[in-house]
Formats: sequence, C-alpha cells, structure tokens
Amino acid sequence: MLSIKNLHASVEEKNIIKGLNLEVKPGEVHAIMGPNGAGKSTLGYVLSGRDGYEVSEGEATLNGKNLLELDVEERAREGLFLAFQYPVEIPGVSNMEFMKESVNAMREQHGKEPLTAAEFLKKAKEACKQVQLPLDFLKRGVNEGFSGGEKKRNEIMQMILLEPSLCILDESDSGLDVDALQVVADGVNSQRDGERSFIVVTHYQRLLDYIKPDFVHILADGKIVKSGDASLALDVEKSGYAFLGKEYAEGEA
Amino acid sequence: MSEQIEQALERKYEAGFYSEIESETFESGLDESVIRRISAMKEEPEWMLEWRLKAYRSWLEMEEPDWAHVDYPKIDYQAISYYSAPKSMKDKPQSLDEVDPELLRTYEKLGIPLHEQEMLAGVAVDAVFDSVSVVTTFRSKLEEAGVIFCPISEALKKYPDLVKKYIGSVVPRTDNYFAALNSAVFTDGSFVYIPKGTRCPMELSTYFRINEMNTGQFERTLIIADEGSYVSYLEGCTAPQRDENQLHAAVVELVAMDDATIKYSTVQNWYPGDENGKGGIYNFVTKRGIAHTNAKISWTQVETGSAVTWKYPSCVLKGDNSVGEFYSVALTRGRQQADTGTKMIHVGKNTRSTIISKGISAGNSNNAYRGLVQMGPRADGARNFTECDSLLIGDKCGAHTFPYIESRNPSAIVEHEATTSKVSDEQLFLCQQRGLDTEKAVSMIVNGFCKEVFKELPMEFAVEAGKLLEISLEGSVG
Repeated sequence: MLSIKNLHASVEEKNIIKGLNLEVKPGEVHAIMGPNGAGKSTLGYVLSGRDGYEVSEGEATLNGKNLLELDVEERAREGLFLAFQYPVEIPGVSNMEFMKESVNAMREQHGKEPLTAAEFLKKAKEACKQVQLPLDFLKRGVNEGFSGGEKKRNEIMQMILLEPSLCILDESDSGLDVDALQVVADGVNSQRDGERSFIVVTHYQRLLDYIKPDFVHILADGKIVKSGDASLALDVEKSGYAFLGKEYAEGEA
Repeated sequence: MSEQIEQALERKYEAGFYSEIESETFESGLDESVIRRISAMKEEPEWMLEWRLKAYRSWLEMEEPDWAHVDYPKIDYQAISYYSAPKSMKDKPQSLDEVDPELLRTYEKLGIPLHEQEMLAGVAVDAVFDSVSVVTTFRSKLEEAGVIFCPISEALKKYPDLVKKYIGSVVPRTDNYFAALNSAVFTDGSFVYIPKGTRCPMELSTYFRINEMNTGQFERTLIIADEGSYVSYLEGCTAPQRDENQLHAAVVELVAMDDATIKYSTVQNWYPGDENGKGGIYNFVTKRGIAHTNAKISWTQVETGSAVTWKYPSCVLKGDNSVGEFYSVALTRGRQQADTGTKMIHVGKNTRSTIISKGISAGNSNNAYRGLVQMGPRADGARNFTECDSLLIGDKCGAHTFPYIESRNPSAIVEHEATTSKVSDEQLFLCQQRGLDTEKAVSMIVNGFCKEVFKELPMEFAVEAGKLLEISLEGSVG
C-alpha cells in the first residue's frame, strides 16, 4: 500500500520532515500524533504533492507507484485522499457539481463510465445523510458559509463518495464537539473494509477513542520517534510528550 | 501555481478560421461617395442617406474619445473597407437551401447549425456575415405572431416608417464618436418589432461574423417592444484570427414601451489578438435602451473576446416604475483590455436598477468596470444596487473600478458594493487533490464566480457561456 522510506522534505527552505519511514498495509489504520510543529500536517501535504513542499531525499510509493513523480491530481486519482484541516471555500461552485466532477475524474482513471446525474445524485444523497448534513448542502457552494464542523463533515462526505485507497485525515477532530466527532468517526469507520487504509493525524488522543488505530506513531522533529499500538496514545494522553525530552514536557497533552 | 495557470491560459482562439467565400468588398477609405454607395447598394430611401450624411459630417468634427482605461495605436479610418458582402448574397436567398454551403459550414464550425436551429432549438437566428445579413430563420412562425425579425436593410424597405420613427431615438447620431461613425456607414444588423401585448414565441438570436480582411463591421440593431410585450434577444460574435486589428463599431437601440420587457444577452467572442497583443478586434460599441412606464430592460453580457473593448450597455429609465438591469461577465487575458460597464439614468419615479458586474483578469490584461448611476430630480424613490466584483488570476494583470454616482434627488437610494479576490493556491490545491486538473479547476472556480450572471442568461446560452469561459481559460497544461 503506502511505503515511505527516509523521506526528507522542506518548506521555504526549512527542513520539516527529516528521514521519515512508514509502512502502511491494506486495511490498516495508523495514527500519527506529536507536538505542535512536529511536521504532522506537512506529511499530508508532501504526500499529496502540494506546491512549495520540496522533497530532497527518500521515496514514497502508493500501490507500487512512485508518488513523488506524479502531479497532485494524478496522486489523487491513484487513490490518495487528504481530508483538510481547514477546508477552503469555493464560492458559487455547488458541492454537487464539484463532487460529480471529482468522482468522474476518478472513474475515468479506472476506465469506468462517468456517472449520470441521476446515479450521482443517489450516491450523493446517501453520503450526505451518512454524515448528517441536510440535503441542501449539496446545492450550496463548496464549504461556502459552512461552520467548522460542517466543513469537516463535508470532507468526510467527499471521502465516502471518492472511495480512495488511502485516506489521510489531517486533524479532522479539531474544533469538533462530541456529537460532530462521533459523526466524523462513524463516517470513517463505515469506510473501513479491510482494504482501505487510513492515516489519522491528530493532536489529541480523543479521536482515537472513536477511530481505533492499529498502530500509533509519535512524530517529533520530522521523524517517527516511537511506534506502538493503541495504548501508546493513552500513554501520551496521560503523561504528554515529556518522554521526548525537556522541550516537549510543558504545555502539551 | 501561477506558472500552471499561465499555461492554462495560453489557449488558442477556436473561431479563428477564415472562410474562402467569394465576396464583394469596397476598396478602403471613407468619404461621402462611399456612404452614397452603401446607401445605393441597400436601395435605401432618400431620408436614410441624408441621415447618414449628417452623421458623417458630425463625425468629421468629433474627436475620438480617450478617457477610457485602454491604450491602442491610432486607428487609420481611411485604411478600412466599409462594405463587404459574400457575392452569392446579391440575390438574397429565400431559404437556407439557397445559401452558399461554405457559409453554412462556417456557421456550423462556430457551433451555430442554422438548419438544426430552425428545426429543433426553437431559436430564430439572423446571421450577419461581414456587412450583410445572410439568413433569418424561423420567419414564418414569427410572422404568425406578428413579430417582425429581419435585417435592418430589409426593414428599411418594408417598414420604413417604423425605422424612421425610432432609429436614432435612443442613441442619437451625434451621441459619440463611434456612434456617429456607425450612423454614417452601418451596413446591416437586425430589426425587431414586437406588437402590443405579444410575448415573442421564441428566443431571437443574431450571430455576427467578420470574415474579410481590413473590413470594419458596423451593424445597427433596433428593437422595439410595443406596450405589454416581451422579447428575449441574444447576439453572438466571432472573427478570424488576423495580425491586423479590425474595427467593430456597433450601435444597439432598444425601445421598451409601457409595460414591455426586453431581455438582451450578448456572448461576445471576437478574436482577442495573440499573446503578444498582435491583431484582434477593437470592439467600440454603443448600446442603450429606453424604458417607458413599468417597462423593464435587462442587459446580460459575457465578454471574452476582442483586443480592446469599450462598451457600456445603458438604460434610460424614463417612465415611472421602470426597471433596468445589467449583468456582466468580462474576462480578459493575454494583452486584452476592457473598459466596460453601464449607465443607469433614473428619470421617472420609483425606478429601480441593478448592476452585477464580474470582471476576471488574467495574464497581462487590464479589466476596468466603469459605471454611472444618475438619479434625476424627478426620480423620487428611485433605487440602485450595484455589485462589482473582480477576480485576479496571476500577478501581472489589473482590475480597476470607476463608479460614478450622481444623485439630484434626496429620496433616491444608491448602494455600491465592490470586492476583489484572487484564485487562491488553496482553492486550486483542493480541486487538484480531488482529482481535477488545473484547467478544470480554474474554469470551475471562475464559473462559480460568475454564477450570478450566468443564471440570467437563457438556459441554452448559459451552457454556451460556461463552455466559452472554459475554452478561454483552458490551455496546454504540461
């Protein structure tokens, strides 16, 4: 599935990822935790190919394909999905229209016929209900005037519709109340089918009560410094990142 | 990112072909004898010739305006040919079967299948090729409803009183430099008359095409909607790709009598010139409508072509309770320059106007909105709302807004909102992460920006306008 070897990456000539290794097998859920500034969000951007995120060393492959050679949209069509921490608004472009184009771009990649408007509408309505957004959200502009929680649920709706092989959730729990968190988690859990893999990036253990990870990794200073099972997240919850050294001991939990 | 967008914008002009059609073209140059020849070719009544000559003499005294935010070399009016017509038009065809097949192929290339339109679309089309109107479809059906839709040259023969009464009544022949020139040399255009209480049974549509080299196109359109009638009219324009600049100076006059509605939509895609600013059409157009009591005039324009655009479709809200609307999308890229907007002249009581302008600038282009809202002393309770939004793509283009507000009535209300935004890296990244390529992403974002205006276009033309924007924005993304 996903294989990252000795990855080094920088933003504006500042090294952020410094020799990261990660293997994700089909069906696995990996949680990535770590203190602020550890490079958690950067990892998602580097893997998805965002402009301005330069890889200087190492490799990353998805289903055997070298991700680093592909454009952003090509990586997406290979099945890489990034749920944004702060989803941006696209005024005037309806959610419906946006997702239909998106779904059909994926289908084309896999040699499938595009969905008709009626077929797509049926799927979209189901997904919309699943993340408990009113159906008129399909007609509204992409994220236009959505609350923080609605934006996050909208991301999960897109994930459900796009059926990616690897989902990277970038702090999908931030700013959510317990009910919204439950909806997001249910959405993610419904997509766990033994094949699809997840990387759940989070600052807090809380999300992992709802989405049970197979592995937990601690990212600090651009590297994975500790890996374990779900119990590692509980340790972090209890004692913070103090084990990383003095500079992380305070103000983190 | 900006590099990707730039590539996406370097798209070739799709309507840039030239058709091999035998035509009769005047040698270039302009003097009174040329005007006499045009009038004679059209077998016009004497008063029309006199009117033209008066316009010409006024024009000689006038100065070319230079206040617009555009920059272009001086036009040599003696280097332009003022008349060109496909030869086969001499004996005007009575039906499509008699039209030169090459001409029909031209229209098909432009996506205007005249045959099909006549049969299926329920849209009546008048096609103007260089200086003459080639064919008007669907005439019998319109005649049944009492609607007159024909080339203005024909209207001058069949309905001279109507033409005489209204021509120049909205845009006087001395209105401005280009209107005066048009009044002197106009060659064809469409004439529409909707009788009292009649709802025109279909959309009326005119396609203009400049084909010959060094010709100017000076069409004149006159639409009269009698009391309580309704008409929706659309014009589309294209031209071949040439290194020389060509002049298009049109005049459109709308008369909406009491309780009448005129909806006038334009999809303008004249050749914009190449990426270095070579060639392209100078689009210097005067459009104005006069609305009587309870009447409504609505202008919708999608402007993507032309090297230089100078155009302010306006409404004179003369009658009480009359309504004026202006919805505009103007896209400039490469070296294009546009100075466009509207004038809303509130004369009557409780007159209302709405202005929604969306300017999109890309490449090295400059896009200016210029609008006047004038509340006259008798315009009690008049209202205007203006929204003027600019979208910038890349960092080498310009967006400018020149709003003029003149109020001489304390009870009148004028609102003006303006925004400027950019296609952001974040928006592009979101689209790409969802599998859309840059072209698709940019066109989707721009289409979203224009949505308020597109929804004002007749259904089938909204689709066309969306596609046109997509084509104008698409490119060879590497």
